[in-house]
Amino acid sequence: MLAYIGRRALLAIFTVWAISVLAFAIIQLPPGDYVTSYIAQMASMGSVVTDEEAQNLRIQYGLGRPIYVQYAKWMALISTGNFGMSMEWRRPVTEVIGERLWLTVVVSVAALILTWVLALPIGIYSAVRQYSVGDYLATFVGFIGLAVPNFLLALVLLYLGFVLFNAHIGGLFSPELQDAPWSTARVWDLLTHLPIPALILGLAGTAQQIRIMRANLLDELRKPYVVTARSKGQSEVRVILKYPVRVALNPFASTIGYTLPYIVSGSIIVSLVLGLPTVGPLLLKALIAQDMFLAGTIVLLLGVMTVIGTLISDILLVWVDPRIRLEET
Amino acid sequence: MATLVLAGQEQRVFVASQWQLMWWRFCKHRVAVAGGVVVLAFYTIVLGADFLAYADPNASEAQRSLMPPQRVYWLDGWRFGPYVHGVTGARDPQTYKRVYRPDPTRKVPIRLFAEGFEYRLFGLIPTTRHLIGVDGGVDASRTIFLLGTDVQGRDLWSRLMYGTRVSLTIGLLGVTASLVLGVVLGGLSGFYGGVLDTVIQRTIEILRSIPTIPLWMGLAAALPRDWSILKVYFAITIIISLLGWTELARVVRGRFLAMREEDFVVSARLVGCTEMRTIFVHMVPSFMSHIIAATTLALPAMIVSETALSFLGLGLRPPAISWGVLLQQAQNVQTVAISPWLMIPAIPVILAVMAFNFLGDGLRDAADPYGR
Repeated sequence: MLAYIGRRALLAIFTVWAISVLAFAIIQLPPGDYVTSYIAQMASMGSVVTDEEAQNLRIQYGLGRPIYVQYAKWMALISTGNFGMSMEWRRPVTEVIGERLWLTVVVSVAALILTWVLALPIGIYSAVRQYSVGDYLATFVGFIGLAVPNFLLALVLLYLGFVLFNAHIGGLFSPELQDAPWSTARVWDLLTHLPIPALILGLAGTAQQIRIMRANLLDELRKPYVVTARSKGQSEVRVILKYPVRVALNPFASTIGYTLPYIVSGSIIVSLVLGLPTVGPLLLKALIAQDMFLAGTIVLLLGVMTVIGTLISDILLVWVDPRIRLEET
Repeated sequence: MATLVLAGQEQRVFVASQWQLMWWRFCKHRVAVAGGVVVLAFYTIVLGADFLAYADPNASEAQRSLMPPQRVYWLDGWRFGPYVHGVTGARDPQTYKRVYRPDPTRKVPIRLFAEGFEYRLFGLIPTTRHLIGVDGGVDASRTIFLLGTDVQGRDLWSRLMYGTRVSLTIGLLGVTASLVLGVVLGGLSGFYGGVLDTVIQRTIEILRSIPTIPLWMGLAAALPRDWSILKVYFAITIIISLLGWTELARVVRGRFLAMREEDFVVSARLVGCTEMRTIFVHMVPSFMSHIIAATTLALPAMIVSETALSFLGLGLRPPAISWGVLLQQAQNVQTVAISPWLMIPAIPVILAVMAFNFLGDGLRDAADPYGR
C-alpha cells in the first residue's frame, strides 16, 4: 500500500513539474519579455521606469539568459511565494488572485459532491429498476447532460431565469454581500448561491457516473451471491445495499481522478458565463491583456490544485479497495 | 422448415466477411443508425454550405440589425407556394431599439434554385445558384431571413451553414491529428512494451490529470494577433488535438497488447515478416474498426473544445465563422433576452455531439461482432 501511494505521489510530482513547464511556456510565448511590456505598461500610465530598475528586474528574472535558467529563476521566485507582478492590476499576483482561488476550490468541490450525491442513488435505482420509466428518464437526462456543453447549459439556464423569473441566477453572492468581509451571513449566502453552478458543472460528470454505476451494479446483481442473500430471506434493501452496491462502488470511485480535472476545466468557462468570482474570468482577462505572469500563475495553481485533489482521491481509493493494494504491487 | 431457415441464416453468418458482420450488427442498433444519418446530413452541409446559404455570410447591413426570424407561410391560397411577408424596420423613438413589422400586403415568394451571390460549388464550379432564395437583389424588403439576423444585420441561417463547415472540419482535422499521434504512440507503447511503454503511459496519465481548458486558453491566447484566419484555424486544430490523443492511444495500446500473443501474429513473425509488415498487414486491419469507433467518440469533444474556445474569444476570430464565433454574440444575457434567436447555433452543437456519441456507441458495439 505504501509503495502504491509512493508511486502515486511520485507521479503527482512529475505532473506538477510538467504543469509548471507548460505554465512557463505560456508566460514565454507572447513576443517581447516581461520587462519590455512592464516598461511599456508603466509608460502608458505616465510613469517612467529607470534603467537601473529595469536592469534589476532583468537580473531578478534572469532575462536574456538561456531559457532553462529563466525557468529555474522563476521556480526559485515561486518557491519563496513571489509569483511576480500583475501588469494590468499593478499589484502582486498573489494579491490579485486572493480569495478567488478558494472560491474556485469551493465551487469545484461542491460540484464533485453533488455529482456523487445525485449519481449514486439514481445509478442504483436505474440498475434495480432496469427498463422502468425512471430508468429511461435517467438515461435520457444522462444523454442530454453529456451532450450539452456546460457553458451552453449555463447560458440556457441564465436565459430561462431571466425570462421566466426575471431573476439573475449568476454570481456567488448577493450584491449587498459582494465585498463584505467574511461572516456567517456571507457563508450562508454563498451556500444558497452554490447549487446552480454546482449542478451545471456536475451534470456531465453525473451523467457519466450514473451510466458507470448502473452498468457495474447490473453486472453484480446477476451474481449468485445476490441470490443467496435473497434466499436467506434478507430484506431487499439490505440485499442490494449491503453487498452488490459496495462492490459496484469501487470502479465508480476510481473515476474521480478523471472527474476532477474535468470539473476544474469546466468551472473556468461556466464562471465566465455565470459571472462567478472565481479565477476563471480573471484568467480570460489576463490572457486577453497578455498579462502573462498572472495567467501563468493561475494555470499553475489550478493544475497543482487538481493534482493534489486527484492524489487525495487515489489515497482514499486504496484505503477503500483492498484489491488495488494487491494488484498494483 | 424453421431449422432450414435458421441453417441458411447461420451459413450466411459463417461466410460473411468481418465488415459485413459489423454492418449487420450496426444496423440492429437503431439509435446508432439515426445518429449516423444525422452525421451524414451534417457533412452534406459541410460540402454544400455555400449552396444551402442564400445570403453572403459577411454582408452586414445596419438597417437590418437584430431582425427576428421570419414566419414562413407554406400555402399561397390553396396552392403550395411558400412565401414570407416583407418587413419594414423602424427605430422605436423611446428605446432606440429597431423594431420590425411584417407587411402582410407584400408577399416575398421563396424560390428554389434562385440566383444569389457568386461562389464556387465544391470549390470548383463557379455558379450563382442557391437552394433557396428570392427574386431580385439584396434589398432588405425583398430578402428572407429564416433565422433572423445578428447585431450587424448578417443573415443567421447563412452564417450557420458556413459555421457548420468550419466547426465540423476543424473537429475532423483535429481528430485526424490526434489519431496519428494516438496510433503511433499507442502502437509503440503496446507493441514494444518495456521502458517505452512506461514512459508513454505515464505521459498520458500526466496529461489526463491536467485541467485542459485553462491550458488551451493559455496556448490559444498566445497565438499572434496578426495571423491570418487560415493560420489560426490550423493552430487551434493542433491545440485541441494535442490533448485529445490520449484516449485513442490507450485504445490502440490495449488492442496491441491483446493481440501481441495471438497465434496469427506469432506465426506472421515466425515466417519472417518484417515488423512493419506484421503491424500494418496483419495487426492493424483487425483492430481498424475499434479505431474508427474510438475516433467517432473523440470527435464531439473536439467540436465542443473549438466551440468553447471561440465562444471565449480565444479560438477562431471574426471574420472567421464557426459555431463558437456565432455563439459569442449570445454571451450576454440581456442580449439573449431581447433576441433569443441568437442562441440558435447552440442547437447544431448539441445535435452534432449527440449524433456522434450515438454513432460511436453503435460502432463500438458493432466493432466486436463476436461479442454479446
